Amino acid sequence: MQTTHTLEDPKGVKGFVSDWAGDKNTFKVSWGKAMMWIFLLSDTFVFSCFLIGYMVVRMSTTEPWPNASEVFALEIAGHHIPLVLIAIMTFILITSSGTMAMAVNFGYRKDKMKAALLMIVTAVLGLSFVGMQAFEWSKLIEEGVRPWGNPFGAPQFGSVFFMVTGFHGLHVSIGVIYLATVAIKILKGHYEQSGNYEIVEISGLYWHFVDLVWVFIFALFYLW
Amino acid sequence: MSVDIQTHTEDQAHQEHPISLYLKVWLLLFFLSGLSYLVDYMQLQGILRWSLILIFMALKAGLIISVFMHMMWERMALICAILIPPLCLSLFIGIMAMESDYTLLSRILFFTRS
Repeated sequence: MQTTHTLEDPKGVKGFVSDWAGDKNTFKVSWGKAMMWIFLLSDTFVFSCFLIGYMVVRMSTTEPWPNASEVFALEIAGHHIPLVLIAIMTFILITSSGTMAMAVNFGYRKDKMKAALLMIVTAVLGLSFVGMQAFEWSKLIEEGVRPWGNPFGAPQFGSVFFMVTGFHGLHVSIGVIYLATVAIKILKGHYEQSGNYEIVEISGLYWHFVDLVWVFIFALFYLW
Repeated sequence: MSVDIQTHTEDQAHQEHPISLYLKVWLLLFFLSGLSYLVDYMQLQGILRWSLILIFMALKAGLIISVFMHMMWERMALICAILIPPLCLSLFIGIMAMESDYTLLSRILFFTRS
Protein backbone atom coordinates (compact mmCIF):
# COMPACT_ATOMS: atom_id res chain seq x y z
CA MET A 1 0.00 0.00 0.00
CA GLN A 2 1.20 3.46 -0.80
CA THR A 3 1.81 5.57 2.23
CA THR A 4 2.42 9.11 1.05
CA HIS A 5 -0.10 11.36 -0.64
CA THR A 6 2.09 12.15 -3.65
CA LEU A 7 2.42 8.48 -4.58
CA GLU A 8 -1.35 8.19 -4.79
CA ASP A 9 -1.66 11.09 -7.25
CA PRO A 10 0.48 10.46 -10.32
CA LYS A 11 0.24 13.01 -13.11
CA GLY A 12 -0.38 12.75 -16.86
CA VAL A 13 -1.55 9.47 -18.44
CA LYS A 14 -0.82 7.46 -15.28
CA GLY A 15 -2.90 9.95 -13.32
CA PHE A 16 -5.68 9.65 -15.89
CA VAL A 17 -5.80 5.87 -15.46
CA SER A 18 -5.59 5.92 -11.68
CA ASP A 19 -8.19 8.71 -11.38
CA TRP A 20 -10.70 6.72 -13.43
CA ALA A 21 -9.90 3.48 -11.59
CA GLY A 22 -12.48 2.16 -9.09
CA ASP A 23 -13.02 2.78 -5.39
CA LYS A 24 -12.44 6.52 -5.40
CA ASN A 25 -13.62 9.89 -6.65
CA THR A 26 -12.81 10.45 -10.30
CA PHE A 27 -12.69 14.22 -10.23
CA LYS A 28 -10.60 15.77 -7.47
CA VAL A 29 -12.68 18.93 -7.43
CA SER A 30 -15.78 19.81 -5.42
CA TRP A 31 -19.08 18.47 -6.71
CA GLY A 32 -20.28 21.99 -7.50
CA LYS A 33 -17.38 22.64 -9.84
CA ALA A 34 -17.61 19.21 -11.49
CA MET A 35 -21.35 19.68 -12.11
CA MET A 36 -20.85 23.16 -13.54
CA TRP A 37 -18.31 21.72 -15.98
CA ILE A 38 -20.73 18.95 -16.97
CA PHE A 39 -23.56 21.47 -17.41
CA LEU A 40 -21.29 23.59 -19.62
CA LEU A 41 -20.46 20.48 -21.66
CA SER A 42 -24.18 19.91 -22.27
CA ASP A 43 -24.64 23.59 -23.13
CA THR A 44 -21.80 23.25 -25.63
CA PHE A 45 -23.91 20.71 -27.47
CA VAL A 46 -26.98 22.97 -27.41
CA PHE A 47 -25.10 25.91 -28.93
CA SER A 48 -23.35 23.58 -31.38
CA CYS A 49 -26.74 22.39 -32.61
CA PHE A 50 -27.78 25.99 -33.24
CA LEU A 51 -24.56 26.78 -35.08
CA ILE A 52 -24.71 23.57 -37.12
CA GLY A 53 -28.34 24.38 -38.00
CA TYR A 54 -27.12 27.81 -39.11
CA MET A 55 -24.47 26.15 -41.27
CA VAL A 56 -27.12 23.90 -42.85
CA VAL A 57 -29.54 26.68 -43.79
CA ARG A 58 -26.75 28.91 -45.04
CA MET A 59 -25.17 26.19 -47.18
CA SER A 60 -28.44 24.93 -48.62
CA THR A 61 -30.22 28.20 -49.47
CA THR A 62 -30.39 29.20 -53.11
CA GLU A 63 -30.80 32.88 -52.27
CA PRO A 64 -27.81 35.11 -51.51
CA TRP A 65 -26.95 35.38 -47.78
CA PRO A 66 -27.19 38.97 -46.44
CA ASN A 67 -23.81 40.65 -45.90
CA ALA A 68 -23.56 40.88 -42.08
CA SER A 69 -20.90 43.55 -42.39
CA GLU A 70 -23.47 45.85 -44.04
CA VAL A 71 -26.56 44.73 -42.09
CA PHE A 72 -24.87 45.53 -38.77
CA ALA A 73 -23.17 48.74 -39.92
CA LEU A 74 -23.96 51.99 -38.13
CA GLU A 75 -23.72 55.67 -39.05
CA ILE A 76 -21.68 57.37 -36.34
CA ALA A 77 -21.03 61.10 -36.71
CA GLY A 78 -21.54 60.87 -40.45
CA HIS A 79 -19.12 57.93 -40.82
CA HIS A 80 -20.34 54.60 -42.10
CA ILE A 81 -18.63 51.96 -39.91
CA PRO A 82 -19.29 48.28 -40.62
CA LEU A 83 -20.14 45.93 -37.75
CA VAL A 84 -19.19 48.57 -35.18
CA LEU A 85 -21.76 47.78 -32.49
CA ILE A 86 -20.92 44.07 -32.63
CA ALA A 87 -17.23 44.91 -32.22
CA ILE A 88 -18.02 47.07 -29.17
CA MET A 89 -20.17 44.25 -27.72
CA THR A 90 -17.27 41.82 -28.25
CA PHE A 91 -14.85 44.10 -26.41
CA ILE A 92 -17.32 44.61 -23.56
CA LEU A 93 -17.80 40.87 -23.11
CA ILE A 94 -14.03 40.25 -23.13
CA THR A 95 -13.57 43.03 -20.58
CA SER A 96 -16.23 41.44 -18.38
CA SER A 97 -14.42 38.11 -18.69
CA GLY A 98 -11.25 39.82 -17.53
CA THR A 99 -12.93 41.36 -14.47
CA MET A 100 -14.48 37.96 -13.71
CA ALA A 101 -11.06 36.27 -13.87
CA MET A 102 -9.81 38.89 -11.37
CA ALA A 103 -12.80 38.22 -9.13
CA VAL A 104 -12.01 34.48 -9.14
CA ASN A 105 -8.41 35.27 -8.27
CA PHE A 106 -9.48 37.40 -5.30
CA GLY A 107 -11.92 34.66 -4.33
CA TYR A 108 -9.00 32.24 -3.95
CA ARG A 109 -7.27 34.78 -1.74
CA LYS A 110 -10.49 35.10 0.30
CA ASP A 111 -10.49 38.85 -0.34
CA LYS A 112 -14.27 39.00 -0.30
CA MET A 113 -14.73 42.75 -0.82
CA LYS A 114 -12.64 42.84 -4.02
CA ALA A 115 -14.15 39.59 -5.31
CA ALA A 116 -17.73 40.82 -4.80
CA LEU A 117 -17.04 44.27 -6.29
CA LEU A 118 -15.38 42.80 -9.39
CA MET A 119 -18.34 40.45 -9.80
CA ILE A 120 -20.72 43.40 -9.69
CA VAL A 121 -18.58 45.20 -12.30
CA THR A 122 -18.80 42.04 -14.43
CA ALA A 123 -22.58 41.93 -14.03
CA VAL A 124 -22.91 45.61 -15.01
CA LEU A 125 -20.81 45.03 -18.13
CA GLY A 126 -23.01 42.04 -18.93
CA LEU A 127 -26.09 44.20 -18.50
CA SER A 128 -24.73 46.79 -20.93
CA PHE A 129 -24.10 43.94 -23.39
CA VAL A 130 -27.74 42.86 -23.14
CA GLY A 131 -28.81 46.49 -23.57
CA MET A 132 -26.82 46.81 -26.79
CA GLN A 133 -28.29 43.55 -28.00
CA ALA A 134 -31.79 44.89 -27.35
CA PHE A 135 -30.83 47.97 -29.40
CA GLU A 136 -29.54 45.74 -32.21
CA TRP A 137 -32.73 43.67 -32.17
CA SER A 138 -35.04 46.70 -32.29
CA LYS A 139 -32.96 48.25 -35.10
CA LEU A 140 -33.21 45.09 -37.20
CA ILE A 141 -36.92 44.64 -36.46
CA GLU A 142 -37.47 48.24 -37.53
CA GLU A 143 -35.65 47.51 -40.80
CA GLY A 144 -38.07 44.66 -41.44
CA VAL A 145 -36.03 41.64 -40.36
CA ARG A 146 -38.35 38.85 -39.20
CA PRO A 147 -37.77 35.17 -38.40
CA TRP A 148 -39.48 34.33 -41.69
CA GLY A 149 -37.95 36.94 -43.97
CA ASN A 150 -35.93 40.12 -44.41
CA PRO A 151 -35.26 42.73 -47.10
CA PHE A 152 -31.57 41.82 -47.50
CA GLY A 153 -31.66 38.28 -48.90
CA ALA A 154 -32.13 34.71 -47.71
CA PRO A 155 -35.11 34.54 -45.30
CA GLN A 156 -33.21 32.06 -43.08
CA PHE A 157 -30.95 34.93 -41.97
CA GLY A 158 -33.64 36.31 -39.66
CA SER A 159 -34.50 33.03 -37.98
CA VAL A 160 -30.83 32.22 -37.34
CA PHE A 161 -30.13 35.72 -36.04
CA PHE A 162 -33.04 35.77 -33.56
CA MET A 163 -32.49 32.17 -32.43
CA VAL A 164 -28.72 32.27 -31.91
CA THR A 165 -28.30 35.78 -30.49
CA GLY A 166 -31.53 35.39 -28.50
CA PHE A 167 -30.35 32.21 -26.84
CA HIS A 168 -26.95 33.74 -26.14
CA GLY A 169 -28.56 36.91 -24.78
CA LEU A 170 -30.70 34.76 -22.49
CA HIS A 171 -27.51 33.15 -21.18
CA VAL A 172 -25.96 36.56 -20.54
CA SER A 173 -29.11 37.75 -18.73
CA ILE A 174 -29.17 34.65 -16.53
CA GLY A 175 -25.45 35.13 -15.89
CA VAL A 176 -26.04 38.73 -14.75
CA ILE A 177 -28.68 37.53 -12.26
CA TYR A 178 -26.45 34.66 -11.11
CA LEU A 179 -23.38 36.87 -10.57
CA ALA A 180 -25.37 39.57 -8.81
CA THR A 181 -26.94 36.98 -6.48
CA VAL A 182 -23.57 35.47 -5.59
CA ALA A 183 -21.96 38.90 -5.11
CA ILE A 184 -24.75 39.99 -2.76
CA LYS A 185 -24.45 36.74 -0.79
CA ILE A 186 -20.69 37.29 -0.45
CA LEU A 187 -21.19 40.87 0.78
CA LYS A 188 -23.79 39.69 3.28
CA GLY A 189 -21.20 37.29 4.73
CA HIS A 190 -22.98 34.14 3.66
CA TYR A 191 -19.69 32.27 3.09
CA GLU A 192 -17.91 33.77 6.11
CA GLN A 193 -18.40 30.73 8.33
CA SER A 194 -17.15 28.07 5.91
CA GLY A 195 -14.49 30.37 4.47
CA ASN A 196 -15.07 28.62 1.16
CA TYR A 197 -15.35 31.07 -1.72
CA GLU A 198 -15.31 28.44 -4.47
CA ILE A 199 -18.73 29.70 -5.62
CA VAL A 200 -16.86 32.64 -7.19
CA GLU A 201 -14.90 30.23 -9.34
CA ILE A 202 -17.99 28.18 -10.26
CA SER A 203 -20.01 31.23 -11.32
CA GLY A 204 -16.87 32.43 -13.13
CA LEU A 205 -16.81 29.24 -15.19
CA TYR A 206 -20.36 29.97 -16.35
CA TRP A 207 -19.50 33.56 -17.26
CA HIS A 208 -16.36 32.61 -19.20
CA PHE A 209 -18.43 30.05 -21.08
CA VAL A 210 -20.88 32.76 -22.16
CA ASP A 211 -17.91 34.76 -23.46
CA LEU A 212 -16.58 31.63 -25.16
CA VAL A 213 -19.86 31.07 -27.01
CA TRP A 214 -19.79 34.70 -28.19
CA VAL A 215 -16.32 34.12 -29.69
CA PHE A 216 -17.85 31.44 -31.90
CA ILE A 217 -21.00 33.44 -32.75
CA PHE A 218 -18.90 36.53 -33.59
CA ALA A 219 -16.61 34.54 -35.88
CA LEU A 220 -19.14 32.26 -37.56
CA PHE A 221 -22.26 34.45 -37.77
CA TYR A 222 -21.05 38.06 -37.92
CA LEU A 223 -17.67 37.76 -39.66
CA TRP A 224 -18.15 34.76 -41.97
CA MET B 1 -13.13 13.99 5.78
CA SER B 2 -9.64 15.17 6.73
CA VAL B 3 -8.30 13.93 3.40
CA ASP B 4 -11.00 15.92 1.65
CA ILE B 5 -9.97 19.10 3.37
CA GLN B 6 -6.34 18.43 2.63
CA THR B 7 -6.83 17.96 -1.11
CA HIS B 8 -9.10 20.96 -1.11
CA THR B 9 -6.51 23.30 0.38
CA GLU B 10 -3.87 21.91 -1.97
CA ASP B 11 -6.19 22.63 -4.85
CA GLN B 12 -6.71 26.19 -3.70
CA ALA B 13 -2.98 26.70 -3.23
CA HIS B 14 -2.03 25.65 -6.74
CA GLN B 15 -4.82 27.74 -8.24
CA GLU B 16 -3.40 31.09 -7.14
CA HIS B 17 -1.80 32.89 -10.03
CA PRO B 18 -0.33 36.38 -10.32
CA ILE B 19 -2.72 39.09 -11.51
CA SER B 20 -0.25 39.98 -14.26
CA LEU B 21 -0.98 36.65 -15.98
CA TYR B 22 -4.68 37.52 -16.27
CA LEU B 23 -3.88 41.01 -17.48
CA LYS B 24 -1.57 39.64 -20.18
CA VAL B 25 -4.19 37.14 -21.39
CA TRP B 26 -6.82 39.89 -21.29
CA LEU B 27 -4.65 42.15 -23.46
CA LEU B 28 -3.98 39.26 -25.84
CA LEU B 29 -7.74 38.62 -26.16
CA PHE B 30 -8.31 42.30 -26.90
CA PHE B 31 -5.57 42.21 -29.52
CA LEU B 32 -6.98 39.06 -31.17
CA SER B 33 -10.52 40.52 -31.19
CA GLY B 34 -9.14 43.67 -32.78
CA LEU B 35 -7.42 41.57 -35.45
CA SER B 36 -10.59 39.60 -36.22
CA TYR B 37 -12.55 42.86 -36.50
CA LEU B 38 -9.86 44.15 -38.87
CA VAL B 39 -10.46 41.11 -41.10
CA ASP B 40 -13.95 42.50 -41.69
CA TYR B 41 -12.93 46.16 -41.75
CA MET B 42 -10.28 45.55 -44.44
CA GLN B 43 -12.85 43.48 -46.37
CA LEU B 44 -10.51 40.52 -46.85
CA GLN B 45 -12.23 37.83 -48.92
CA GLY B 46 -12.00 34.18 -49.82
CA ILE B 47 -9.73 31.58 -48.19
CA LEU B 48 -7.65 34.27 -46.46
CA ARG B 49 -10.73 35.67 -44.69
CA TRP B 50 -12.06 32.28 -43.58
CA SER B 51 -8.71 30.93 -42.38
CA LEU B 52 -7.93 34.13 -40.43
CA ILE B 53 -11.41 34.11 -38.82
CA LEU B 54 -11.00 30.47 -37.76
CA ILE B 55 -7.44 30.95 -36.49
CA PHE B 56 -8.35 33.99 -34.34
CA MET B 57 -11.48 32.18 -33.09
CA ALA B 58 -9.49 29.09 -32.09
CA LEU B 59 -6.79 31.16 -30.36
CA LYS B 60 -9.35 33.17 -28.37
CA ALA B 61 -11.30 30.05 -27.41
CA GLY B 62 -8.09 28.31 -26.34
CA LEU B 63 -6.99 31.23 -24.18
CA ILE B 64 -10.39 31.54 -22.48
CA ILE B 65 -10.66 27.81 -21.76
CA SER B 66 -7.09 27.21 -20.66
CA VAL B 67 -6.35 30.34 -18.62
CA PHE B 68 -9.63 32.07 -17.67
CA MET B 69 -11.42 28.78 -17.02
CA HIS B 70 -8.25 27.31 -15.44
CA MET B 71 -8.40 24.21 -17.61
CA MET B 72 -4.60 24.03 -17.99
CA TRP B 73 -4.20 23.58 -14.24
CA GLU B 74 -6.87 20.87 -13.89
CA ARG B 75 -6.09 17.18 -13.72
CA MET B 76 -6.11 15.12 -16.90
CA ALA B 77 -9.24 13.16 -15.89
CA LEU B 78 -11.35 16.35 -15.85
CA ILE B 79 -9.71 17.80 -18.99
CA CYS B 80 -10.50 14.63 -20.97
CA ALA B 81 -14.05 14.32 -19.62
CA ILE B 82 -14.89 17.87 -20.76
CA LEU B 83 -12.82 18.38 -23.92
CA ILE B 84 -13.06 14.98 -25.66
CA PRO B 85 -16.91 14.61 -26.00
CA PRO B 86 -17.27 17.80 -28.11
CA LEU B 87 -14.92 16.23 -30.68
CA CYS B 88 -17.80 14.05 -31.91
CA LEU B 89 -19.38 17.32 -33.08
CA SER B 90 -16.88 17.36 -35.95
CA LEU B 91 -18.55 14.21 -37.27
CA PHE B 92 -21.96 15.89 -36.90
CA ILE B 93 -20.68 18.96 -38.78
CA GLY B 94 -19.33 16.71 -41.55
CA ILE B 95 -22.60 14.79 -41.95
CA MET B 96 -24.70 17.97 -42.00
CA ALA B 97 -22.37 19.67 -44.50
CA MET B 98 -22.82 16.75 -46.91
CA GLU B 99 -26.58 16.83 -46.32
CA SER B 100 -26.75 20.58 -47.06
CA ASP B 101 -24.80 20.13 -50.29
CA TYR B 102 -27.33 17.52 -51.34
CA THR B 103 -30.26 19.79 -50.39
CA LEU B 104 -28.77 22.69 -52.35
CA LEU B 105 -28.22 20.50 -55.38
CA SER B 106 -31.82 19.19 -55.32
CA ARG B 107 -33.17 22.74 -54.92
CA ILE B 108 -31.15 23.97 -57.88
CA LEU B 109 -32.14 20.96 -60.00
CA PHE B 110 -35.84 20.81 -59.18
CA PHE B 111 -37.06 24.03 -57.60
CA THR B 112 -35.40 26.98 -59.33
CA ARG B 113 -36.85 28.51 -62.44
CA SER B 114 -34.18 29.76 -64.79
